[in-house]
Amino acid sequence: MRLEPIPNPSAARRLGLPALALVATLGVAMALALIAGANPLAVLGQIAKGALGSKLAILETLNRATPLIFTGLAVAVAFRAKLWNIGAEAQLYAGAIVAVLLGTGALGSPLVLPVSALAAMLAGAALLLGPVLLKTRLGVDEVVTTLLLNFIMLLFVSYLLEGPLKDPMGMGWPKSPALIPEARLPRIVDGLRLHWGFALAIIAAVVVWVIQTRTTLGFEIRAVGQNPEAARFAGMPVNTVLVKTALLSGGLAALAGWSEVAGLKGHLSSDLSPGFGYTGIIVAMLALLHPLGVILTAIFVAGIFVGSDAMSRAAGVPTYIADMLLATALLFMVLAILLTRVRVVRG
Amino acid sequence: MTTGPAEAEVVLRLDRITKRFGALTANDAVSLTLRRGEVVALLGENGAGKTTLMNILFGHYVADEGTVEVFGQPLPPGTPRAALAAGVGMVHQHFTLAGNLTVLENITLGTESLWSRSHGGARAKVERLSRDFGLAVHPDAKVGRLSVGERQRVEILKALYRDARILILDEPTAVLTPQESDALFATLRKATALGLSVIFISHKLHEVMAIADRCVVLRHGRVVGEVDTHATDKAALAALMVGGELSLPRAEARAPGPVLMRLEGVSTPDRGAAPGLKAVTLELRAGQITGLAGVSGNGQAALAEIVGGLAVPAAGQLSLHGQEPKVWSPGEALARGVARIPEDRHHQGSIADFDLTENAVLEAYRSRFSRRAWMDWRAARAFAEGIIKDYDVRCPGPSTRIRLLSGGNMQKLILGRAMAPGPDIILANQPVRGLDVGAIAYVQGQLIAARDRGAAVLLISEDLDEIMALSDVIHVMSQGRLSPGFARGTMTAADLGLWMAGQKFGDTDAA
Ligand SMILES: Nc1ncnc2c1ncn2[C@@H]1O[C@H](COP(=O)(O)OP(=O)(O)OP(=O)(O)O)[C@@H](O)[C@H]1O
Ligand SMILES: [Mg+2]
Repeated sequence: MRLEPIPNPSAARRLGLPALALVATLGVAMALALIAGANPLAVLGQIAKGALGSKLAILETLNRATPLIFTGLAVAVAFRAKLWNIGAEAQLYAGAIVAVLLGTGALGSPLVLPVSALAAMLAGAALLLGPVLLKTRLGVDEVVTTLLLNFIMLLFVSYLLEGPLKDPMGMGWPKSPALIPEARLPRIVDGLRLHWGFALAIIAAVVVWVIQTRTTLGFEIRAVGQNPEAARFAGMPVNTVLVKTALLSGGLAALAGWSEVAGLKGHLSSDLSPGFGYTGIIVAMLALLHPLGVILTAIFVAGIFVGSDAMSRAAGVPTYIADMLLATALLFMVLAILLTRVRVVRG
Repeated sequence: MTTGPAEAEVVLRLDRITKRFGALTANDAVSLTLRRGEVVALLGENGAGKTTLMNILFGHYVADEGTVEVFGQPLPPGTPRAALAAGVGMVHQHFTLAGNLTVLENITLGTESLWSRSHGGARAKVERLSRDFGLAVHPDAKVGRLSVGERQRVEILKALYRDARILILDEPTAVLTPQESDALFATLRKATALGLSVIFISHKLHEVMAIADRCVVLRHGRVVGEVDTHATDKAALAALMVGGELSLPRAEARAPGPVLMRLEGVSTPDRGAAPGLKAVTLELRAGQITGLAGVSGNGQAALAEIVGGLAVPAAGQLSLHGQEPKVWSPGEALARGVARIPEDRHHQGSIADFDLTENAVLEAYRSRFSRRAWMDWRAARAFAEGIIKDYDVRCPGPSTRIRLLSGGNMQKLILGRAMAPGPDIILANQPVRGLDVGAIAYVQGQLIAARDRGAAVLLISEDLDEIMALSDVIHVMSQGRLSPGFARGTMTAADLGLWMAGQKFGDTDAA
C-alpha cells in the first residue's frame, strides 16, 4: 500500500468524506451498544432524545456547549497560527479563579461582571504568555509547556480550595465560597435555565471570525501559520503575531472557566471542568478550525455528552460511550481530512 | 544525433489533448510524438501549458479530451503509477524529495510496500545507474544537505531506478549553475545513446539548440510550430514563441546619482558549506544598475539577506542615504523603499495556499490596504487586478490560489508587488529565473525603467550575458569576497570569468 497525493480534490470528496466519517461514527456507536448488550438503534435514539428531546434537554446541551465553544475557539485561533496550545484547561481554571477572587465581594455591582470578565481574560492570556515567549525566544516546544501547565494548574486549584479560597461554610468540601448575586451571569430568558455565557460564546465566535477574515491581525495569523518564512520576508513581525495569537487564545479559554463559575455553578470546585480544555481540541478539529463551525461542533459534542448521560440512565449502557464516540468521531474526521488529500493505492 | 531518431520507433504519442481549468483552456488539442533516442524540447511562454501537458502525460491531471499512447499501448488516465509502469519518469519543475531521508531512501521510496522496507539490490542498482549515466551522488547523504544540482541528479536517478524509458524534465536547468547544466547535458546524451527518449522543457534557447533534436512550441495552450533544431535558430524560435519579433532591452550608460545604500566592510559568519561575506564594501547609486556576477553559493545569499533586511552585519556597517539605520529588518527595509525580488519565490516570495490578492498585499497590507486594524479587501483586490493586468499574469483571476500559477506567472506577480510602491532601491535576486523570453524582456525593461527614474538596482544573476547587458557597474563574488566595481564595457566575459574563479582576488589583497 502506498499513499498518493491528489492535487485537486473534488467537492464530492471534500464534503462526502467528512459526512462518511459521521456515518462511520454512528456505526461504531451502534456496535458499542451491541457489545454492552443493548438495542443499538434504541441507544442512538435515546442519545438523540437525551440531547434534544425536550426544552430542558436542549437547554442542558447548550449550557454544556458554552465552555466548549470558548475552549474550541481558543484552540482554533492558536492552531491557525500553528501555535499548539494544549493548555486551554489551565487557562480555563485561571479564568475561574479570577471569577471567584473578584466575585465574592471584592467588587460591587455593576462593575463586577465586566471587570472580572476582562481580568479573567488577562489571567488566561498571561498564562499562555510564558510558553509562547519560551517558544519565540528559546525555541522551547509549546506542546510540552502548555500541557504541563495543565497539571500544575490543577494542583494549584486544589491548593487554593484547601487553603486560601476554601469556603468556611462548606462543611469541609473543597470548594470556594459562592459568588455574590451581582457577580452572577443572569439568565437570557427568565425561567429558562440558560445563562448569558452562551450568548457571549456566540458573540466571541463571531468576533473571532471577523478578526480572522477582516483584520490585519487575522491576515497575519493566517500568513504566519501557513508560511512563517514568507511572512517574515514580507516584513510581518512573526514573533509579535505569535504573542498576540497566544493572548487571544488564552483569553478565550479563560472565559470558559469564568462563565462556568459566573453563569452555571456560582462557585469554584476542582471538578469544574471535566476536561473542557482537551475536548476543545476535538471541537476545533472537527470544525476544521473555522470559528463559526466551532459553535456547531461544540453543540454536537455537548449533545453527545448530555445525551449519553440520559441514555445511560435509561438503557444502562455506561456513559463512557460518549468518550468513545468522540474519540472515534475525531479519528474518523482526521482520516477523512487526510483522505481528501491523498488516496491509498495498492502496490 | 540528428540522424537516427527521425526514423526510429515512436515511443510516445499524445493525441489531441485538451485540458480546461474553468474558463481557461490550458491545453487545446495538443498532439506530440516522441521517438526512441530523441530529445524533444517543449517551448512556450509562461502559462502556455507545458507543465500541464506533462502532468497529464504523467497522470497527475486527467485530460478532458484526447489520448496518450506509450510504446503503442494506451495509457490509462489519471494514475502516475500506470505512467511509471509504462516507463515514463518525470522530474518536476519543483523538486519532490524528502529532505530528511537519504539519497538511497528517496530513490527507493514508493517502489516498496509500506510494510517491507528491505534494500536488497537497491544500492547496487543505484550505484550502477549513477556510474552509467554520470550522476555522481553519495547514496547515504541526507537529501536536505545536498545542493540543487545534486538534488536534481537524485530526481533523475529516481526516475531511472524505476526503469524509465521516457524522461520528462520540466525546466531542469532553471536552478542550475552553467557548470551543472553542462553536466546534465552530458547525462542526457548518455541516456539517449542508450535508447532513452527525453522531453525537455526550458526557456533558455541556447540550451534547446544544444541538446534538442526537435522543438515543439506551445502558445496559449496550442501547438503553433514544430521545427527541427538544426533547421532553425534562436531568433526564429523566440519569434515563434511570442508570435512576433522581440528585442531584448539594452541599458544605455547614464551618469550615476548619489549613493543610496552603502555596505562598509560587512562580514557575516559562514553557514556550513556556504561562505559568509568577507569584509564586503559595496555602493548602490541612484540611477545605476549594479550587477553581481558569480557562481551561486559564493555569498550572494548572505549579501541579499543583508540588503533585504533579513540579516544584520556581524561586522561592518550598512547605511542608507548616509545614515546607519537603528533597526534593520524586512519591515524596515520595505519602509525605507527597498524592494526585494527573492530568489526563492516558493518559500520566501509567496504563500502557496493564499490567493493572488492575499499574496499581492503581503508586503503592503499595513501601509496601503488597511484602515486602522481593518483590511481593505476591495482595494487589495483592485491592486491585485492591476498587477495581473499590467504584468500580464496569466491566471483565472485574483482569487486563484498562487500555487496553481505557472512558475513564470508567479514571478510576475511578485515583481509587480515589489515594483508597485516605486522603490528607491531594488534588490533583484535571479529575477528572470524560469521566465520566458517575452517576460524576461519585460522584467529587464522594468528594471531599466526603474533605474532611469532614479532607483538603485542590485541585480544578482548567474547569467553573465544578463549581467553584462544590464549593469552599469559589475562586481564579482567569489568565496564571500567582492571584487572592485568595473564600469560598463571595461571587462570581457573572459576577464570576469577569472574573477569568478577567484584567481584575481590575491592581486587586490596585495595592493
Ligand atoms: N490546477 C490548476 N487550476 C487552475 N489553473 C491552472 C491549474 N494548473 C495550471 N493552471 C493554469 O494553466 C495555465 C498553464 O499552466 P502551466 O503550468 O502548464 O504553464 P507552463 O507552460 O508550464 O508555464 P511556465 O513556463 O511558467 O512554467 C496557467 O495559466 C495556469 O495558471
Ligand atoms: Mg511550467
